Amino acid sequence: MATKLKPTGDSGRKEIDSVVIRFAGDSGDGMQLTGTQFTQSTALMGNDLATFPDFPAEIRAPAGTTYGVSAFQINFASFDIMTPGDQPDVLVAMNPAALKVHLRDLTLGGTVIVNVGAFSERNLQKAGYAANPLEDGTLEPYRAILIDISKLTLAAVEGMGVNQKEALRAKNLWTLGLLCWMYDRDRQTTIDWLNTRFAKQPDIAAANVAALNAGHAYGETAELPSEISTYIVPKADVAPGTYRAVTGTESAAWGLLVGAKKAGLKLFFGSYPITPASPLLHILSNLRQYGVVTFQAEDEISAVCSALGASYAGAIGITSSSGPGIALKTEAIGLAFIAELPLVIVNSQRGGPSTGLPTKTEQSDLYQAVFGRNADAPLPVVASCTPGDCFDTAIEAVRLAVKYMTPVMFLTDGYLANAAEPWLIPNVDDYAEFPVEFATKVEGFHPYLRDEKTLARGWAVPGTPGLEHRIGGIEKSYDTGNISYEPDNHHKMTKVRAQKVLNIADDIPLQTVSEGKDTGKLVVVGWGSTFGAIEQAVRRCRKAGLEVSHIHIRHIWPLPRNLGDLLAGFDKVLVPEMNNGQLVTLLRAQYLVPAEGLNQISGLPFKVSDLEREIRARLED
Amino acid sequence: MNVQSPPEKLKPADYASDQEVRWCPGCGDYAIVKGVQRTMAEMQADPAKTVFISGIGCAARFPYYMATYGFHTIHGRAPAIATGVKLTNPELDVWVIGGDGDMLSIGGNHTMHVVRRNIDLQVLLFNNEIYGLTKGQASPTSKVGTRSPSTPMGSVDAPVSACNFVLGCNGRFVARVVDTDQKLMPDVLIRAKAHKGTSFVEILQNCIVYNDGVYSGFTEKNNSADGQVKCEHGKPLIFGKDGNKGLRMKPGKMEIEVVTIGEDGVTEGDILVHDETNRPLAQLLSAMQPPHFPVAMGVIFCDPAATSYEEAVYEQIAKATEASPPGELNALLRRGRTWTVDG
Repeated sequence: MATKLKPTGDSGRKEIDSVVIRFAGDSGDGMQLTGTQFTQSTALMGNDLATFPDFPAEIRAPAGTTYGVSAFQINFASFDIMTPGDQPDVLVAMNPAALKVHLRDLTLGGTVIVNVGAFSERNLQKAGYAANPLEDGTLEPYRAILIDISKLTLAAVEGMGVNQKEALRAKNLWTLGLLCWMYDRDRQTTIDWLNTRFAKQPDIAAANVAALNAGHAYGETAELPSEISTYIVPKADVAPGTYRAVTGTESAAWGLLVGAKKAGLKLFFGSYPITPASPLLHILSNLRQYGVVTFQAEDEISAVCSALGASYAGAIGITSSSGPGIALKTEAIGLAFIAELPLVIVNSQRGGPSTGLPTKTEQSDLYQAVFGRNADAPLPVVASCTPGDCFDTAIEAVRLAVKYMTPVMFLTDGYLANAAEPWLIPNVDDYAEFPVEFATKVEGFHPYLRDEKTLARGWAVPGTPGLEHRIGGIEKSYDTGNISYEPDNHHKMTKVRAQKVLNIADDIPLQTVSEGKDTGKLVVVGWGSTFGAIEQAVRRCRKAGLEVSHIHIRHIWPLPRNLGDLLAGFDKVLVPEMNNGQLVTLLRAQYLVPAEGLNQISGLPFKVSDLEREIRARLED
Repeated sequence: MNVQSPPEKLKPADYASDQEVRWCPGCGDYAIVKGVQRTMAEMQADPAKTVFISGIGCAARFPYYMATYGFHTIHGRAPAIATGVKLTNPELDVWVIGGDGDMLSIGGNHTMHVVRRNIDLQVLLFNNEIYGLTKGQASPTSKVGTRSPSTPMGSVDAPVSACNFVLGCNGRFVARVVDTDQKLMPDVLIRAKAHKGTSFVEILQNCIVYNDGVYSGFTEKNNSADGQVKCEHGKPLIFGKDGNKGLRMKPGKMEIEVVTIGEDGVTEGDILVHDETNRPLAQLLSAMQPPHFPVAMGVIFCDPAATSYEEAVYEQIAKATEASPPGELNALLRRGRTWTVDG
């Protein structure tokens, strides 16, 4: 490594338009916190950004092991970016295991900041290194900054009244301080956060702030290699308005609440803890002052059943889980379907089947959402495509559920749930109200009287005088609402229930083409969290003169009315999915189009470069 | 079918729906539905505010026969659905109906949790010690050795005692009654309704087709007086056709014994006085099995908590609202760190 010295400071800052940084360390090293704080500062600086938290399934895997490595990637730029970035330009490795797992992803010539204080014989062994990578040329292709962060952190907090263990834990803040210096990020937001977080332990707060400042000061004064400049990433040119950083979980929670208010209903949320869906329960549990009732049930079945009971009693019942939990809820979803009661089921998809990859993302529950029930029980299925979009999708899910008296499946995934992006905060008043009118008319009432247009049955809630009635899972007579085993009636009711759901296609926007022309040689069709990667890949290809378009589907069922015609206007249809081919099957079955799947089932989001390569390959032959 | 405008005083028949009852002729469920309708009339319950929620099984057909609100749901899940109903609208009077398979086998988990949470519901378990609707298999309350289509050589698994299970889940109201005991049933159900929190009532119900006579050893005219003891708070646990049998604690032991007043120097003063707030006593009484012991009937245990679950939930909502008034949703979305980009 060159060690030529050069004074640094704001005057010497190099302007760059984007950078991808990955923080990696032991799961006890506080990498998610470091990443989140860096994200907050970056958002406040006015950059566009996207993040990708990647953590192990174990809460505290044995320290120093490769499977205990936790990482947080952030991509920020002076322009509109859509993904957390394919490869990091900067890797922060807090221990040998983190280096072992993540070095292979670093761009050649990229910067790696290594905490050499953690490179003990024992840690090298645990990470599976036969030789010390700091000494054997492993780092040759990169710009390495070797710092004993552990030692410098201990020195920074010495005499501040915290014990050795607490002191060492502050090394993530020391690192954050250094990165704040490198990229000219404000430390104040982190200082404020620390003082609030440790309000009752002022010693710990002070030590952490000291570590943060020490890391920053180290950057200012240390003699770092000349290539390690400090940088400025100018503000992104984005639409005017008020922004915040938001994860898909936050925006989904707020969207559900706004949806309930637009419907004029109480929000009841029944849930059972499961990764990565639990944070939705946590956020809604903190919204009690909005009348939100949250219920941590004894199991997934009770979670959905309590939500269904709530809908029966006149609230909007919502339940949430991930794939395995949704499987357990299935029978009750069938009951909601035949009883024709509103219900929103949020599925934060994860890698599967069974326990699968609980902390990794996947979009492999499309079949489950669209087809996964016994008997003929089609449900509306909606999917969000970005963290901010979860807000709109949540409102839409509530709207469809109450208007059509049906359970609605709302798909997000582990990536959307955890990833943050800057969000132009919408004005809630801009969203149309859809107030629910409960049935009250006694004359001629029966529980399965339908609205002629929507085919939805009336919603008569217990407590309404004169409308006492009985519903349930047994088939009901179309004409009286009483139990009916008549063969023709079951045929008719099955058809009516399916038609009711299909009619929703008239009540949703027509499918648009998000990038490119309405016809052409190739269209890339996606759904869910692959939006950013596909959009960026298609844009790049179009810039290079390739004739390709991007369609991204929010309404998975029923599909938009014009989708079949749109797809027919292209020679080729490519469907990238983080599963083994599910939407592609649905499209082929519905439209008899020669759609081709492009499947990645690694638990990781698509890389833009991979998609770009695949698009080019389709247009070359 | 619907009670349109309640007359001055509703009669039991006013609580019956227009649906034809489809249990087997002679089924104990007929007696129970009559008993419940009588109870409703005695309480002058408002049909519009009364909800019956059931799972699956013969017992679970119950809501269809009541002229109230009703929801016939899925196997074992009635307590969970009822929880959502009561939490959404605490004004409603919610009754949960199920059988022994429904509530102790497939739905045992929900029974446990609804009881420990102590949400204000009345849970009526119709126990016939057999699976009826699926045609006669052994159930979790069947006695060891029960021969059934699934246990042709006799069941080998030990049964669960419904009342002891509920007491073990920290249940605060536990009662038992025989389906045909139309005198005791309304009293017990009125007490159950009055209890704030989960009230659990085990109704011993005869399945005339698959388990006929399972309780006839202590429910017939000629043996019920000797085979049952009625638990009444503050009264001695005396029973028997001559009114001279009683229960007492075996001296020096945590064990109940049957004694005869006037024999071996036993006087009425030696007989246990029922204390319905005493949980260990309730466990002992619930566990009594024929033929050596009478079966305990009536309110075995009642010890209400200061607040029921749904009250506590709404107290928290009120507290949270007081601490930080909700304000505009737009304000919620802008809480925390935001930044503005100028146009």
